[in-house]
Amino acid sequence: MLHLLSIADLSRDEIETILTTAEEMHDVQTRPVKKLPALRGRTVVNLFFEDSTRTRSSFELAAKWLSADAINVSAKGSSVSKGESMKDTLMTLDAMGVDAIVMRHAGSGAVRQAAGWVRASMINAGDGMHEHPTQALLDAHAIRRHLKAHDLGTMEGKRVAIVGDLLHSRVVRSNVLLLAKLGASAVLVAPPTLLPPGVEHWGVDVSYDLDTVLPDVDVVMMLRVQRERMSGGFFPSEREYIAGYGLTAQRLARLKPGACIAHPGPLNRGLEISSPAADAAQSIILDQVSSGVAVRMSVLYHLLAGDPGTQRRES
Amino acid sequence: MPSTKLSAVTLPDGTRTDLFIADGVFVDDAPSDAETLDCDGLIALPGLVDIHTHLREPGREDTETVLSGSQAAARGGFTAVCAMANTTPVTDTAERAEYIADLGRRAGLVDVTVIGAISKGLAGEQLAELGLMHTSAAHVTMFSDDGHCLMNPQLMRRALEWIKPFNGVLMQHSQDSFLAGPDACCHESEISGRLGLGGWPPVAESSIIARDVQLAEATGSRLHVCHISTAEGVDVVRWAKARGVRVTAEATPHHLLLSTRELEGYDTTFKVNPPLRTDEHIEAVRQALQDGTIDVVATDHAPHAAHDKDHAFVDARPGMIGLEQALSVVIQTMVNPGRLDWAAVADKMSHLPARIASLTNQGRPIAVGEPANVVLIDPARVAKVDRAASASLSRNNPYHGRLLPDPVEATFLRGAITYRK
Repeated sequence: MLHLLSIADLSRDEIETILTTAEEMHDVQTRPVKKLPALRGRTVVNLFFEDSTRTRSSFELAAKWLSADAINVSAKGSSVSKGESMKDTLMTLDAMGVDAIVMRHAGSGAVRQAAGWVRASMINAGDGMHEHPTQALLDAHAIRRHLKAHDLGTMEGKRVAIVGDLLHSRVVRSNVLLLAKLGASAVLVAPPTLLPPGVEHWGVDVSYDLDTVLPDVDVVMMLRVQRERMSGGFFPSEREYIAGYGLTAQRLARLKPGACIAHPGPLNRGLEISSPAADAAQSIILDQVSSGVAVRMSVLYHLLAGDPGTQRRES
Repeated sequence: MPSTKLSAVTLPDGTRTDLFIADGVFVDDAPSDAETLDCDGLIALPGLVDIHTHLREPGREDTETVLSGSQAAARGGFTAVCAMANTTPVTDTAERAEYIADLGRRAGLVDVTVIGAISKGLAGEQLAELGLMHTSAAHVTMFSDDGHCLMNPQLMRRALEWIKPFNGVLMQHSQDSFLAGPDACCHESEISGRLGLGGWPPVAESSIIARDVQLAEATGSRLHVCHISTAEGVDVVRWAKARGVRVTAEATPHHLLLSTRELEGYDTTFKVNPPLRTDEHIEAVRQALQDGTIDVVATDHAPHAAHDKDHAFVDARPGMIGLEQALSVVIQTMVNPGRLDWAAVADKMSHLPARIASLTNQGRPIAVGEPANVVLIDPARVAKVDRAASASLSRNNPYHGRLLPDPVEATFLRGAITYRK
């Protein structure tokens, strides 16, 4: 594996390997001394063209706990507005000889484009409305931990509802691909205005009705809804959105026993998720955060560990 | 002025003959000093006319100049191009129109006709000086805010009325800017949903065409639909023509050949506006070109610097070049499958575009006394397209690496050779 661009590029075996290593990495987080020497001497750049707190710090911790040198480059508002092309930004960093570039960009496909320009390993930390592969991997990791803790078996055959602004979400695209590879089924729940075109070809169930979906699912994954979407006419008011698609205290009661609640964050408490739901015993939201570091340690490890001389592609 | 004999050339109607050129026109016998070109196996088409060309001068001479664009045009078999108004500054006054016409004369490789802006600065708010551009030495008859849709229906109506006395034509870039906003960069489809690219739905084109053909009908003025790309848009034009509306439409080479699938790798070479469509739309456009609903092929030749393309897909400039491969694509998609014969190609790439552009010395028949604007083509030759071999200053060539017909042998503008392979 040279890059991590899309869940579509991963085989089931590769996914299992990443998730298995993530379990070991997760244990490291509970130790008083968290540092492993695995990536000593390797350099990881976090290149964020778009603001992020949790994903950036999660990758940064993951790199540091593996003893890699990690630097953060905020390129927000650079590129197009400054007149430097995205290609120049990438090639400049690559010329410094870094081993991996963790990249987030508001433009779909940007990380795949970058992979064609550089010798470093590219890791997609979210590209526009396209994919966020480490988010899907950490979601799977956190769900597996929940299933294991409650003796509920494996992901195989489990049903996951993904609810909210699916049109603009990179999380849903990665999750739909990953859940299918792990043998779970997905049901997507959103109003028609927030469903991606062609979703009927994704091999998943689609529903406009959260209430009928909730009692049957093992996981309900709530996606963030940006309030600005109201001005785009995607929904009339917060009140009406909540009435149809919010995980309210009342809806919480419709979940079957053992079902868990996930959310990639940041939360809009009181909009897509109520505080009783976010803080419920079956919420795995904070475990998703700790899983994020473990999964990203695993990804960095599998991309970068080994003989440094063979990792970077020959130019 | 050299005299030329084109021996045993095949005319668009299939007849084989010798053609004689002297003093820039076709004559009925060979002058004694004529150079003879053996044209056995070659077809002579009237010089091609492109009514939709972005030449980028003034403003972005790093990507194309009137001269380099003229060279690319001659290589593609064109003897006339029409320069779009979205330069920097915008072509929205008589003086600017005359300046570009003058650059075209100085280049001297194709006739460069100037298209004026409809609105000042392409802002869609106030009419540009349409009449003064028309009465200037540039004789502007075509007006377009291309790159932007003229959204305001009242301004559209007024513009149609204003140009009616001199039989001008408005060339609309049909894109409802609410239905297809600045982030719309991929045909709205399963592909746009999966790739996470902003969707550009067909209704954003067809609803504007529907509005405009009704305004054209109400005013009795002339409308031309630029780069029509959807089955829905074609249906509206067909309906309007059946009603007798004075509407014409163009298809681009890229919308005849390339599909949304090209976007799978996020290669920004394939970003164009309107976007590449899916197979059912491509077929609708081909069918409409065949049955005359779409009148002409126009290139929408849109040169861009690499550094304006080397961005994320949504941020990259839209547009692709096309002058040198336009005829290649038409042969590949329309002639080889038997959908157009050579006479029809002459109509759709020369006679009819010249008529839309009100050009009296272009798009003429190949006949004694007519200007010797002619392109000799070898319809059987194919070659792999190499973007580096272009006369254009830009390299955003979507056909790079493809095996396509490579027909053009030589182009003559009023008897003078402007390109010879």
